[in-house]
Amino acid sequence: MSQAIAASAKRPTAFGDALFAGLVKAAGIFVLLLLGGIIVVLFIGGLPAFRQFGFSFLTSADWDPVQEVYGAAVPIFGTLVTAVLALAMAVPLAFGIAFYLTELAPLWFRRPVGTAIELLAAVPSIIYGMWGFFVIVPIMAEYVQPFIIDNLGELPLIGDFFQGPPFGTGIFTAAMILSVMIIPFIAATMRDVFSTVPAVFKESAYGLGCTTWEVMRSVVIPYTRVSVVGGIMLGLGRALGETMAVTFVIGNTNRIATTIFGPGNTIASIVALEFPESQSGSLKLSSLLALGFILFVISFIVLAISRMLLKPGAKS
Amino acid sequence: MITKTVISALALGLAVNAAAQAQQITGAGATFPAPVYTKWGEAAKAAIGIELNYQAIGSGGGQNQILQRTVDFGASDAPMSAEKLETGKLLQFPTVMGAVVIIVNLPGVEMNQLKISGEMLADIYAGNIKKWNDPKIVEMNRGVTLPNLPIAPVYRADGSGTSFVYTSYLSSVSPEWKEKVGAATSVKWPAGAGAKGNDGISATVRNTKGGIGYVENAFATQNKLTTIQIRNKSGVFVKPTMEAFSAAASAGDWAGAKNFAVNLIDRDGEKSWPIVSTTFIELPKDPKDAERSANVIKFFDWSYKNGAAMATGLEYIPLPAAIQDVVRSAWHTQIMGPDGKPVY
Repeated sequence: MSQAIAASAKRPTAFGDALFAGLVKAAGIFVLLLLGGIIVVLFIGGLPAFRQFGFSFLTSADWDPVQEVYGAAVPIFGTLVTAVLALAMAVPLAFGIAFYLTELAPLWFRRPVGTAIELLAAVPSIIYGMWGFFVIVPIMAEYVQPFIIDNLGELPLIGDFFQGPPFGTGIFTAAMILSVMIIPFIAATMRDVFSTVPAVFKESAYGLGCTTWEVMRSVVIPYTRVSVVGGIMLGLGRALGETMAVTFVIGNTNRIATTIFGPGNTIASIVALEFPESQSGSLKLSSLLALGFILFVISFIVLAISRMLLKPGAKS
Repeated sequence: MITKTVISALALGLAVNAAAQAQQITGAGATFPAPVYTKWGEAAKAAIGIELNYQAIGSGGGQNQILQRTVDFGASDAPMSAEKLETGKLLQFPTVMGAVVIIVNLPGVEMNQLKISGEMLADIYAGNIKKWNDPKIVEMNRGVTLPNLPIAPVYRADGSGTSFVYTSYLSSVSPEWKEKVGAATSVKWPAGAGAKGNDGISATVRNTKGGIGYVENAFATQNKLTTIQIRNKSGVFVKPTMEAFSAAASAGDWAGAKNFAVNLIDRDGEKSWPIVSTTFIELPKDPKDAERSANVIKFFDWSYKNGAAMATGLEYIPLPAAIQDVVRSAWHTQIMGPDGKPVY
């Protein structure tokens, strides 16, 4: 009797376990299928463009909807340049924030600043875009760019680098907005990994008479180097795929910018702008899907590297 | 990012399906006529009980949607090619006309003070004329002080019917532009920077000293932007006024245009504004649901009869009455229900 009760109580549990295991497994597989499906759809959609232009699709800077000649070089260039410039601006600032928060800031101050950084990460990108377009761009167009063009534009050799009409939009402005957007990601990662350094290491260094900066440079950074790079890659991944904020401020021009303030384009931005006016079955639509595929591959590589570096236990 | 677009496209499809109820008609396409369609929709709902659900997703999107029959009608600024209309079994007809105007940001230059020819506009957008005090511009504008500023041409970064109209104009006045760039909803712009939408262009021009851009007339009027005069085909400088737009509209060769794809760009006539265009509706000739198509036709028939004042109020040019009658007969003779009878 008691056996029967135990058995009947056990059977549905076993079934429930199996059901639940099956469901979560399905959920896991679903994500994989979804990811695979997106890649396949993008690739198939982009195939006519890849067939038509071959390898030169990657190297051609032509984007001419009238002649139906499409090349990905300008948006790829713009995507990489804005992302790298953004990193160059964001990393030092993010490092400063993380350094201050983990080593120097009074304890009561760390929480509000930490929360503020996390909130910054939660601001929708369209807000950054509008802020960039209505606040930063006029300042750039009115003051910064005319000043630089007047003062540096006439210089020999590097002068051309600062020439052109002061639109306010362009590669530089886009990189600036992007850097603000990725700072929270990089700073938060840095702060978290800095605080994983065992106190005993730091205290030993202090015991030897090291200054705070020496502890940072010789103990904390070597200990966390790999994870810090992983955090930077995370920021890079976000910068590569950002669409709306960049679209607002980059100037949307399918030419390789020859000046730092010159307008350009990014992959995400050109897809967002051109998609609505692309006829189904046209070479243009196919080229946009091919661009999407390329962006997917670039982002995937960057994120894969960051995952690898951020893996628990991965230390230099 | 493409995934986002796909998802929003799906969501749009769902929204269109959800809206599919009695007396509702759905359309998608051009953004340029969206304000007047919305206005007509509100008025028609009150007057004849037909509710219009119009999605302003762009001309190209509208053509795609009607070819796939996901909406009751498509709307586009650029006329669809004759072959596409043929294979897609679509009837195309015009609704209203609009004008594209040029705006500038030049300190000290007032509304409609600056005069420029079409050829020079093409040169500016090609990057051949780089400074506002270029001798050619100065020559045309005696008495206007032109600053030594770089010209900053601004164009639509998103694919747009407005760009199609503007580049068509540049192509028709400049053989060089026609050969090197051409006319389309988005082209390979040789110079300048892009901005998204009419508001993006006007904001960029406002921000940039020396900026020049092109926007729909309604947008320029509502925002009191600084427009300029353009020299038309008859060699007269014209200001962008309703009178000038209407003059161009009546100068079009409506009778000779196939599928109503009349060319209103750079027409003859001393009063004609040179950059005027028509916006179109595409309707299936073989509707699956005859009643819905009948409602679409009823809606536009009502709008032709009662919507002229509303259109003018929004700075559009209503269709001439004679053309309306030709469209009505096309509806009657070309749009057949499944039973082989005209739906309207």
